[in-house]
Amino acid sequence: MQQLLFAITTMAAGVLACVAYFYGTNWILDRIFPSKGLTGKVASRNLRITNTIRPWLFLGPAMVSLTIYLIYPVIESVWLSFHDKSGQTFVGISNFKWMINDGEFRQSIYNNFLWLLVVPAAATFFGLIIAALTDRIWWGNIAKTLIFMPMAISFVGASVIWKFIYDFRPEGSEQIGLLNALVVAFGGSPEAWMTLPFWNNFFLMVILIWIQTGFAMVILSAALRGIPEETIEAAVIDGANGLQIFFKIMIPQIWGTIAVVWTTITILVLKVFDIVLAMTNGQWQSQVLANLMFDWMFRGGGDFGRGAAIAVVIMVLVIPIMIWNIRNAAKEMEGR
Amino acid sequence: MIASARSPLVWVVHLSVILLVLLWTLPTAGLLISSLRDKDQLAVSGWWTALSTSTQSLVYRAPGADKQVEKDGKFVISGNLLEGQSTGLVSAFGFNSREPTAFQPGQTADLSDGERLTVQADGTFEIVSDKGMEGTRGQRIFYTAAVPPRFTIDNYIEVMRAEGIGASFINSLTVAIPSTIIPILVAAFAAYALAWMKFPGRAILIAVVVGLLVVPLQMSLIPLLKLYNGVGAFLGVPAKTYVGIWLAHMGFGLPLAIYLLRNYMAGLPREIMESARVDGASDFDIFVKIILPLSFPALASFAIFQFLWTWNDLLVAMVFLGTGNDSLVLTGRLVNLLGSRGGNWEILTASAFITIIVPLIVFFSLQRYLVRGLLAGSVKGG
Repeated sequence: MQQLLFAITTMAAGVLACVAYFYGTNWILDRIFPSKGLTGKVASRNLRITNTIRPWLFLGPAMVSLTIYLIYPVIESVWLSFHDKSGQTFVGISNFKWMINDGEFRQSIYNNFLWLLVVPAAATFFGLIIAALTDRIWWGNIAKTLIFMPMAISFVGASVIWKFIYDFRPEGSEQIGLLNALVVAFGGSPEAWMTLPFWNNFFLMVILIWIQTGFAMVILSAALRGIPEETIEAAVIDGANGLQIFFKIMIPQIWGTIAVVWTTITILVLKVFDIVLAMTNGQWQSQVLANLMFDWMFRGGGDFGRGAAIAVVIMVLVIPIMIWNIRNAAKEMEGR
Repeated sequence: MIASARSPLVWVVHLSVILLVLLWTLPTAGLLISSLRDKDQLAVSGWWTALSTSTQSLVYRAPGADKQVEKDGKFVISGNLLEGQSTGLVSAFGFNSREPTAFQPGQTADLSDGERLTVQADGTFEIVSDKGMEGTRGQRIFYTAAVPPRFTIDNYIEVMRAEGIGASFINSLTVAIPSTIIPILVAAFAAYALAWMKFPGRAILIAVVVGLLVVPLQMSLIPLLKLYNGVGAFLGVPAKTYVGIWLAHMGFGLPLAIYLLRNYMAGLPREIMESARVDGASDFDIFVKIILPLSFPALASFAIFQFLWTWNDLLVAMVFLGTGNDSLVLTGRLVNLLGSRGGNWEILTASAFITIIVPLIVFFSLQRYLVRGLLAGSVKGG
């Protein structure tokens, strides 16, 4: 309780400090270079100066914070990836050499590619199907809310939910995990799903797909509604059936949005960490890059060099999407 | 849609949506139902059987010889196997772990040393012996009982008290609330500058923000850990503090905040600002009096995102707040419980539900803003 009070006090202090900063700097600027009440050259000169300085006052705190928490660390991580575990001695590319020869790292890369292949595709696919179906029924919004709900659940919470579904009891005793109960009901024998190498990756992916489908659905649903009615009417008049309209008229018009959803989920997949940590912690050949990186950060007192090298690999995988995003944003800015 | 209204397949659509909704809600429903079940029932039967009577194999230890009473020249120990439980029905019993179901209720089992055990269907039992019984440890009685469904909040009470969930709940609130509120103003000012002020380098700054949107958190962890350790040592304070994690969450949340708010503000009509400027208002006045109130929907969207993200975060909390028992947030506590109480589903389900209830409430009450934020954040720019 005391701690919460402390939090609320600091929060109030933080907000007040922000207000004071913005208000104060602005006031000082107007005092040094006044433009009100003055006329002629001085006024216009002062106005020009304040207009030059003011954006930087507005941007200041955000830029400082972004620099400390994102820009500097990216540079530092790259620098550290060429150094030894304490970050002191330059070791060239030996961290990366170690990586290529490390079985666990190769396993992680392999698993990450599996995740990249399956999760964005499956989540986008389900999102699209659900968006298209729910647009046609009167209780579609309720259905959407329920499917969107896992978005709010933490990865760890979702892991517990699914671990319960995958729960395994030895053959003969009553299964309390839904999946094994179903398998037994259909005459199969129960499995400890998490310990099946290769396949356990897919059982972990299900969790992320379950969470992300709602995201894909919401965005694709908005895109589907944005399709001009005339194009669909024209297709109906030409005698197209429902499936043809969906695949030949509607999908091509929302390619851009599908790409956005796909890349967004792709980035999330590259960073997936909580699920693997909570479900298997990388055992049974289910390791992924983000969890491996976390592992090396603290393993044996922490190997910052190798940890940073793995982070750099994740970063390199993200860069193509980053460039694509920046290009799109720039294009849109020009259009304004 | 015109085509679907006429389609005979409309029932197929209804059915498949019902199926999909079930697929997406059943996992959570199972968790909630399980967390409310009696822990003995939870351990032996699936949650989908929660409403039916379950059959359990249980063990009862009868009172020791000091509880015997002499009756008609015989020595008797009696009691009820099902004591403490409201109702139930014994369907079989035994006195040996190899044959726990050897006898039917009402039958009498001969124990090895001349004692006789009788168990009735309602759970009452009698151990009768002709001579006085000895030994302080009572006879073990194995029995199979049909126990009616029972729901309880005991699991919740237990995790709040004994498993540290209550303390972690406070920790999570402590992390999430300031981390949500503090960045809003900082981001709003920056977003306004990027949307409506003219200065050299604006386009580059916007590109940088868009680029930073996707930078993996993993890149920041090690350098910031080193930085925090350095600052902590320099100032003589602990490296892992709430202030540290608030600032970290602010830094990581800023790109999205600036991006969302900039997109929203850039879409506001130019005329409002120009007429205000003609009236002699400065950028500061315009921002505080016009833009900020108008941007409320975008601010709300971001606040919800940031709250969900900081509440649900595990990685940042583990690195910057540590994994000590006092500083664990809910997600971290849950991971620990998964390790230490992996089989105790009554603890895991109740703890998990406590961790997800706050985001779910936020989600259901403010879903409108969440959807709006998602659309602004992804469709427009991306």
